[in-house]
Amino acid sequence: MTVRIVVLGGGTGGTLAANRLRRLSPAGEVEITVVDRDDRHVYQPGLLFVPFGLTHPEDIVRPRGRQLHRGIDYRPTAVDRVDIATGVVHLADGATLPYDVLVVATGAVLAPEETEGLTGPGWMERVFTFYTPEGAGALEAALATFDGGRVVVNVVDMPIKCPVAPLEFCFLADWYFTERGIRDRVEIAYATPLDGAFTKPVASRQLAGMLADKGIELITEFNTGEVDGAGGRLIAYDGREVAFDLAVVVPLHSGAPWVGRSEGLGDEVNFVPTDDRTLQAKAAPNIFVIGDAANVPASKAGSVTHFEGEVLVENVRRFLAGEPLAERFDGHANCFVETGFRKALLIDFNYDTEPLPGHFPGPLGLPLLKESRLNHLGKLMFGWFYWHSLLPGRDIPGIGAAMPTAGKRAVALDQPRSEQP
Amino acid sequence: MTMLTIAAHDVELDDEGFFADPGQWAEEMVPELARREGIDPLTDGHWKVIRFMRAEYETKGSGPTVRVLGKASGVSVKELYQLFPKGPAKVAARIAGIPKPHGCI
Repeated sequence: MTVRIVVLGGGTGGTLAANRLRRLSPAGEVEITVVDRDDRHVYQPGLLFVPFGLTHPEDIVRPRGRQLHRGIDYRPTAVDRVDIATGVVHLADGATLPYDVLVVATGAVLAPEETEGLTGPGWMERVFTFYTPEGAGALEAALATFDGGRVVVNVVDMPIKCPVAPLEFCFLADWYFTERGIRDRVEIAYATPLDGAFTKPVASRQLAGMLADKGIELITEFNTGEVDGAGGRLIAYDGREVAFDLAVVVPLHSGAPWVGRSEGLGDEVNFVPTDDRTLQAKAAPNIFVIGDAANVPASKAGSVTHFEGEVLVENVRRFLAGEPLAERFDGHANCFVETGFRKALLIDFNYDTEPLPGHFPGPLGLPLLKESRLNHLGKLMFGWFYWHSLLPGRDIPGIGAAMPTAGKRAVALDQPRSEQP
Repeated sequence: MTMLTIAAHDVELDDEGFFADPGQWAEEMVPELARREGIDPLTDGHWKVIRFMRAEYETKGSGPTVRVLGKASGVSVKELYQLFPKGPAKVAARIAGIPKPHGCI
């Protein structure tokens, strides 16, 4: 009998999961269908570079269907809801797709309308987000004519996709205004709900030091309650205000709306409660979740999704074979952090180990938690890897799902930052 | 780590003031814990949030974020900040004897 696997979402996670599943399964025995509401696959790490004119929206978007291997059926339609009890996907066009295994890969959506005033006066005029191709493109035009004043980068609340991206934006803005010769006329501030520059202590201290070195103000525990675009103010719930001439806001993130319409599947904000080691949904044994759609306590990042792919596909195979699932996913994340002036640093961490200095993936590899030109080249090269290696579901040689520990050094937090080599 | 005596019970708090062992918590400690956080008087609104936090933790294993609190507790985010001006998720988690909410990765 034919096994029907339905993959909801044709982004990073859905594409690499479908391609890996296709390669693993004989065509006659397993049918794989990928559903997505549109045919625009955005290389999301590229969005950061658009506002600074380093890439263009049209260069980071490709058709979704073409990233899928032969033998995968692609359905360009939105999902209405999933009926978990009967195992049926109801599509927005009225059709239904029964499944034996469902893979949820519909990521996160932005919810700017949930923050008072954010989409009101000034939205896309002096208040922007670079988390969409449209927003990033509009911001490019605004930055090009910006000739002085106060730029505030703000994260409304966690979780967000790529938690380092707003910091990278600050670093690149510092570089961009320096290159234009007007850095002395621009104030840059970073307002975050976190109690530091980042979530993990050692990296947080390193990144806070870099912000200070570059003259970027760090405003912590700022929980944005309202954006006053006309008045140029961010207002926190506790009454604090931050003035801006131009605001770059990372809006609240939610899971896909169809999750909320599928009884028993999602949490209050439409992310899917998922076992953080097996990637099986809590709602049903034949539902697996990959990428930003899952509520696992890992970064919402492409690297995490890539590492999840290997575990997810193995567990779909085990589930279909009636074997116990592998509790193998360790929360591994690996992020290049662009720091401006053609340099970047690399961080590598998982559920249990925070980003540490050293080298990746072993003692002779790329420097970790330290700025270098090599890491910047790594970040640029990653775009090629994304389309040609990660999406097709190939493993990157020497880099597996499990976080490597060779080449890393433990750090005592009371050690001064400057003493870290 | 800090050892304290709250309502005649010995409890251990971590460096950020959260219970090291949520099992050491008891509801009778709430008024004293709240006073330590500068909350006095303790109103029905505070109790509603603290009980909700504790129940969420006991069913899900972690405390809710402010946003989830605002959606699920029946108390709006604005009111939550009026009740706990120094940050509802953290302060209410300390009073409810649960670990620091880790909405932030």
